[in-house]
Amino acid sequence: MSLTKKIVTYTLLASFTLIMMFPILYAFLISFMQGGEVLQGKLWPESFSFDNYISAFEKVPLLTYLLNSLIVSTVIMIGVLAVSSLAAFAFVFINFKGRDILFYLFISTMMIPWEAAMVPNFQTVQALGWLNSYAGLTIPFFALAFGTFLLRQQFKTIPHELYEASQVSGISRFRFFYKIALPVSKTSMVTLGIYSFLTAWNMYLWPLLVTNNEAVRTVQIGLKQMQSQEISTEWGVVMAGVVIVILPTLVLLFLGQKRLQEGLTQGAIK
Amino acid sequence: MKKVELINFQKSYDQRTQVLKGIDVIIEPGEFFVLVGPSGCGKSTMLRMIAGLESISGGDLFLGDKKANHLTPSQRDLSMVFQNYALYPHLTVEENITFGLHVKKIFKKEQKMRCEEAGEMLGLTDYMKRKPKELSGGQRQRVALARAIVTHAPLCLMDEPLSNLDAKLRARMRSEIRQIQRKLGLTMIYVTHDQTEAMTMADRMMILNGGEVQQIGKPMDIYNEPKNTFVASFMGAPPMNLIHAKVKGSSLVVDEQWLIPMSESIRAAAQLNEVTIGVRPEHIQLANDDEPGFVVVVSNVEVLGTETLITFNIGDKKQWIARWSGQWNLRIEQPLRIFIEDQHLCLFDAQTGGKLDGSQDSSFLNKEWITI
Repeated sequence: MSLTKKIVTYTLLASFTLIMMFPILYAFLISFMQGGEVLQGKLWPESFSFDNYISAFEKVPLLTYLLNSLIVSTVIMIGVLAVSSLAAFAFVFINFKGRDILFYLFISTMMIPWEAAMVPNFQTVQALGWLNSYAGLTIPFFALAFGTFLLRQQFKTIPHELYEASQVSGISRFRFFYKIALPVSKTSMVTLGIYSFLTAWNMYLWPLLVTNNEAVRTVQIGLKQMQSQEISTEWGVVMAGVVIVILPTLVLLFLGQKRLQEGLTQGAIK
Repeated sequence: MKKVELINFQKSYDQRTQVLKGIDVIIEPGEFFVLVGPSGCGKSTMLRMIAGLESISGGDLFLGDKKANHLTPSQRDLSMVFQNYALYPHLTVEENITFGLHVKKIFKKEQKMRCEEAGEMLGLTDYMKRKPKELSGGQRQRVALARAIVTHAPLCLMDEPLSNLDAKLRARMRSEIRQIQRKLGLTMIYVTHDQTEAMTMADRMMILNGGEVQQIGKPMDIYNEPKNTFVASFMGAPPMNLIHAKVKGSSLVVDEQWLIPMSESIRAAAQLNEVTIGVRPEHIQLANDDEPGFVVVVSNVEVLGTETLITFNIGDKKQWIARWSGQWNLRIEQPLRIFIEDQHLCLFDAQTGGKLDGSQDSSFLNKEWITI
């Protein structure tokens, strides 16, 4: 690459990054500003004080919300991984009548928006008495058609001979599942895990519906609460809350990135 | 050691087309039995049915004296080596070899011992901690073999285990597999499409084509006495030379050029108008001056060092190959006088391809080949 080309490329990349990152960057900067500074439309805070962060924790029980979000997201992630991988395994390795039709039916549910199923889901959760509980927040999200689809495609790349070889040596289906199929599919599992964690973390409408006390509310509702608590919104405090809320997501992404790039199926055959 | 018996063994995927059309065979304990045939002949299907990976559509399978039609693969007490080795990519060589042994209720100590024993036998001792992707093709092959050996199953099935190796390694693994099989006294069922493998390894072999048994027997018997033209052309490299001939009066006429006088007995045996003549490449000799012969024109010469393959035209379209030992420096288009001893001629039915009885009996042919 010639120098001019390099300069052009990096300038373009840098400016696009800036455009993409600007909202987050600005949120970060606002989180250090006083109320007046925000309204004046300043870009840079006068001083970097953590007052906004402190008041964010004081105004709403942010720590409880964070913990709730963490619990809900982790449980959903584990649930999605368990249910999707087991379903995908059945769709790939177990022969039964109507398997493919069932699978297409299964993924066709991806075309139904979650909001359309919200009312019946709410009624079910209400009837089960799961309002204001972790169960009501998590269990409806365990069966994820996308997750099953993703893992099915991954399992399909496992050479069928591996399964046959394990059958010949008498290894049970479940042992094959957790000793061979899962480790070989680590990359996809991590991808799906991160995906479902982040989706759960960013969930807003459902927690709003099924919770009405602070003990089980999640962060996204906390943020909204901050914004609407007072007549004149203190944007600095809200943005401080936002920064706190996006931190775990970023950490997760950085941790997962390396895993995502790992290839594991090399050398299985031939 | 275990006897394997197939009785009217059938396979059909859609109830209409039969992949295997009723196969009967008894494989003796400790025998190295090779299934050979062109691709799509059903040999792998047959092996997978014996392994229990495919259901049996008709007939019976006996392993030992036990009927095994509905047993699961693991209940059949056998081991299997797959064409692509089927190694678990995330496990080390050692874990690959011992994986699954716990099912057979073998203690850790015994597992380790067996693993070391198998590793030593196959020269894998230095690679025990490596992953499959860090091994060469030949080493992976050995791991797959070791995995089959450690189970101590009396019956071992192999599905084209050497087809992914280069020629040199294949030759070495051939003899290694054979030695291990003899040492452990395994009953082996080995599938291959390579007739050289079949010839060199088998105690007995079965030639399959289109789901039907063509011939079962010892390699040399099959080579010397092929039952039909398919077997004749499948076994041997280069294969047996075949050509149509018409029966005219008391002679066989090949492509209206060569006349082979027949004795009375063959005319009585074969009441046919057309036959197929078969000659092995090594049985085509250069005629001495005092021997009767016929003249052909050389169209290609391949000198292999110890032997020379000479291709020549016979008839309008056919080409035959002769194999002579030594190095022959022949010109292309050089005329040669060829001679074939009567005892080396095979006659087949031109329609059915079946062998005609008595064709090994040289008495029906007169000594002389006459060029018209």
